[in-house]
Amino acid sequence: MSVADLEKPSVERARATSFYEASARARIRLLLDPGSFVEFIGPEQREVSPHLKLFDLPEQFDDGIIVGHGQLAGSPVFIAAQEGRFMGGAFGEVHGAKLTGLLRAAKEMKSIPVLILLDTGGVRLQEANAGELAIAEIMRAVIEARTAGVKVIGLIGGRSGCYGGGGLIAGCCSALAVSEQGRIAVSGPEVIETNRGVEEFDSRDRALVWRTMGGKHRRLIGGAELFADDTVQAFREAALELLETTSGFGIDTLNAEQSRLEDRLQRFGACRDAVEIWAAEGVPDAASVPALPADQFIELADKLRRIARDAR
Amino acid sequence: MRNWQQGRQARDARIEAGAKLAKGKIVEARDATRLMEAVIRPGDRVCLEGDNQKQADLLCRALLAVDLAKVNGLHMVQSGIVLPEHLDLFDRGVAKRLDYAYSGPQSARIARMLFGGKIELGAVHTYLELFARYFIDLTPQVALIAAVSADRDGNLYTGPNTEDTPTVVEATAFKNGVVIAQVNEIVDKVPRVDIPADRVQFVVEADKPFFVEPLFTRDPGAITEGQILTAMLAIKAIYAPYGVQRLNHGIGFSTAAIELLLPTCGERLGLKGKVASHFALNPHPALIPAIESGWVEQIHCFGSEVGMDDYIRARSDVFFTGPDGSLRSNRAFCQTAGLYACDMFIGSTLQIDLRGNSSTVTTSRIAGFGGAPNMGADARGRRHPSTPWLQAGREADPDGSALLRRGRKLVVQIGETFGEKNAPLFVEKLDALALAEKLKLDLAPVMIYGDDVTHIVTEEGVANLLLCRDANEREQAIRGVAGYTDVGRNRDKKMVQHLRERGVIRRPEDLGIDPLDADRSMLAARSIKDLVRWSGGLYAPPSQFRNW
Amino acid sequence: MEDLSFHHQARSRAGGTRQMAIIGVVASGNLEVLAERVLPETECRLEIKTAAEGFGEVWDAVVADFVERYSPGGLKFSINDGGARPDTVSLRLAQAVRLMAEDEQ
Repeated sequence: MSVADLEKPSVERARATSFYEASARARIRLLLDPGSFVEFIGPEQREVSPHLKLFDLPEQFDDGIIVGHGQLAGSPVFIAAQEGRFMGGAFGEVHGAKLTGLLRAAKEMKSIPVLILLDTGGVRLQEANAGELAIAEIMRAVIEARTAGVKVIGLIGGRSGCYGGGGLIAGCCSALAVSEQGRIAVSGPEVIETNRGVEEFDSRDRALVWRTMGGKHRRLIGGAELFADDTVQAFREAALELLETTSGFGIDTLNAEQSRLEDRLQRFGACRDAVEIWAAEGVPDAASVPALPADQFIELADKLRRIARDAR
Repeated sequence: MRNWQQGRQARDARIEAGAKLAKGKIVEARDATRLMEAVIRPGDRVCLEGDNQKQADLLCRALLAVDLAKVNGLHMVQSGIVLPEHLDLFDRGVAKRLDYAYSGPQSARIARMLFGGKIELGAVHTYLELFARYFIDLTPQVALIAAVSADRDGNLYTGPNTEDTPTVVEATAFKNGVVIAQVNEIVDKVPRVDIPADRVQFVVEADKPFFVEPLFTRDPGAITEGQILTAMLAIKAIYAPYGVQRLNHGIGFSTAAIELLLPTCGERLGLKGKVASHFALNPHPALIPAIESGWVEQIHCFGSEVGMDDYIRARSDVFFTGPDGSLRSNRAFCQTAGLYACDMFIGSTLQIDLRGNSSTVTTSRIAGFGGAPNMGADARGRRHPSTPWLQAGREADPDGSALLRRGRKLVVQIGETFGEKNAPLFVEKLDALALAEKLKLDLAPVMIYGDDVTHIVTEEGVANLLLCRDANEREQAIRGVAGYTDVGRNRDKKMVQHLRERGVIRRPEDLGIDPLDADRSMLAARSIKDLVRWSGGLYAPPSQFRNW
Repeated sequence: MEDLSFHHQARSRAGGTRQMAIIGVVASGNLEVLAERVLPETECRLEIKTAAEGFGEVWDAVVADFVERYSPGGLKFSINDGGARPDTVSLRLAQAVRLMAEDEQ
């Protein structure tokens, strides 16, 4: 049997499996080459949160994040995946340290890229200080890894979206792929509503939430480089493409990113709603964007513009 | 000499008093409270249209604001207690006595008010019962109804959610009552006449459309593996062997799972065209994949569902639609259809006792009955035969004379052994009994009586109660599918094993089902977006169900 | 939180050669089961940490049925439970045994 034959059932499964619905472990299993994943600090080591038992809350053996290495189309990668269903994928002390450690290992190795499957509501309330520190450490570790020449790719399409510190980490990555279900922001809908009032943002208006924070919007305004259909296979292909196309990192990149963001603010700062931004971006029938099937949307987004590769 | 026209004269006087506020039949929304004060008399029987779907909310608020010196002590006769204002009427003293059928969202407050004596309760009915009483002893003097539009003569278009309106108007208008309609808009010509103008005395144009809630939308994304397993069991153990073509589904997630398994699991079993082809049912979005795959011949609806209008319009081969193209629903007719023309009801409940009695009442909530007892009851007046009906009758009475034997409607309770917050589905004593004792009711509010139930489906298996020959067998058959609830753990293991050997209880493995295969990938749609895709973009789900 | 522990004799050794498997997630109404092949071939042990207190008898019944049905000899199961229903517990345990019987990836 050839290698291609061996891979076939896995590809079919990856194509049939919703990234949004899959567990973090299933995402890793189907995203990487079959059987190639090796976990660091696996569940059998029971490296659980030291804080949750103080709150009489259940622990998870992997503290809600899986880290390890494997192969993607035959090349080595580091990979981390958050489990968005355990405490909303939130960052705690151990959870954060596992990701920091992985990124530092990548920095040492210099040449092996990192895939981060973000699925998080932000920092875990029960270990807020440790969680906030973890976010800062991870952001630093991402930048240091990138400085050392490592590509750090964020893949976002899980149940908990990518909020709070997760949104900050996503902003530090070399490149992002996002699906329609994926949401990227710092403050979540409920937080905005609580602080600014329902007139500013109605968190129960899910169409509003998605067109403000959802994957399609992020792709159209350049917040994410690629839009992926909601299958594990689509995310695998997106990761491969981003690894191929993402360029290096230095002061020029940051300057380019700065001017990209300034330009964005200038062009869309006065818009009241995402639909206005899409129209200003030249989308012919802007209101129809949320209903567009993935393939048609990707075609549209690609036609509008490929994101400048020198930024980020 | 006796005056035989008192009712008519009283009605004319009410209309005359109201007419002072009207231009023709049209009354401004700001005058709605004054209209109530002019037309309604203390102690009147009033039907304030509160359906499952559409609510005469403006007229309700207008009634709530009346001068209590002019209007008080009303006897409300309405199917649904749905809006908080429906109960505010009693808190304020506008109304005193209540006869109703369903109180879903207000179930906790209505229980408190009954217990506190704020409401004098006549009875809790099924829809058909209450409608029947509109024509016998609960005929309204005034009906406050809701429609989509009216013309200047007062012809009404009730839109896809016609629901109770024709029944309420029939009883009121033809027995000296006054009908007041709130409409979303007044138009030159209504799309179709659902209620003729001569049955409507006053029309109020509302400032915003009447309130409608998406009650029948179940997000496929929330269907669990356990629900998929129970759905697979039901299809294999009931739909297939009885060949059930004419049926009604409840609104729970297990039946939504069945709807979504028909085009996948059902197709593989070769059941297409043989089962689930004719429904008495609200237009469930979860049924779209089965409709699109050619399973469903026709559906008659109690009411409509938010977001389904364009889809229904485009599938008039399946749905009942008017000359204007929109759905025509009718709760009274659809309930009758469910009672007499369906061979099966399948739905969920909150509690089942050892005799199979079921109830959605808990000690702190009175949700009412709605239509389930009519769907989930054998129609004793039924005379036409059908294969499933005869087969169920034969199973219940194998030794009886075939020509004299009654058939049986299949009444199936489906659910997981533990429900929300790990509350057991099976109990020794229904909470409904404690409630009846507390409120000193003559009858415990039982949704479906045990002697009407034919099958119980849980993740542990299917119990066919038709095959039980005595109360003890019945009890053990129920315990035998009650899982790890107290009721289930207290089973007589030997007897349950014996019942399994006889086919009274069937486990997943007896039906060739591996519980580990119950997987969400079997659902024809796994998200609301998938349903939109299946509908070719015709289904427009409300915002709270979107994640795009 | 409540800790529960069960020890059973199994009829036979659990199938497969896999040393470890994990299934499920700790969430409301859900649980994770970590299975490890670390015991003598006819022994089976379950260590449970559950958020739902006072259900020891139900766990006892679920575990007894599970051992009877799947004979998971040699396996130790460590469970973190977010308050799952018994049918979910049964399903996860069965899934864990099925994973252990599959070949190592």
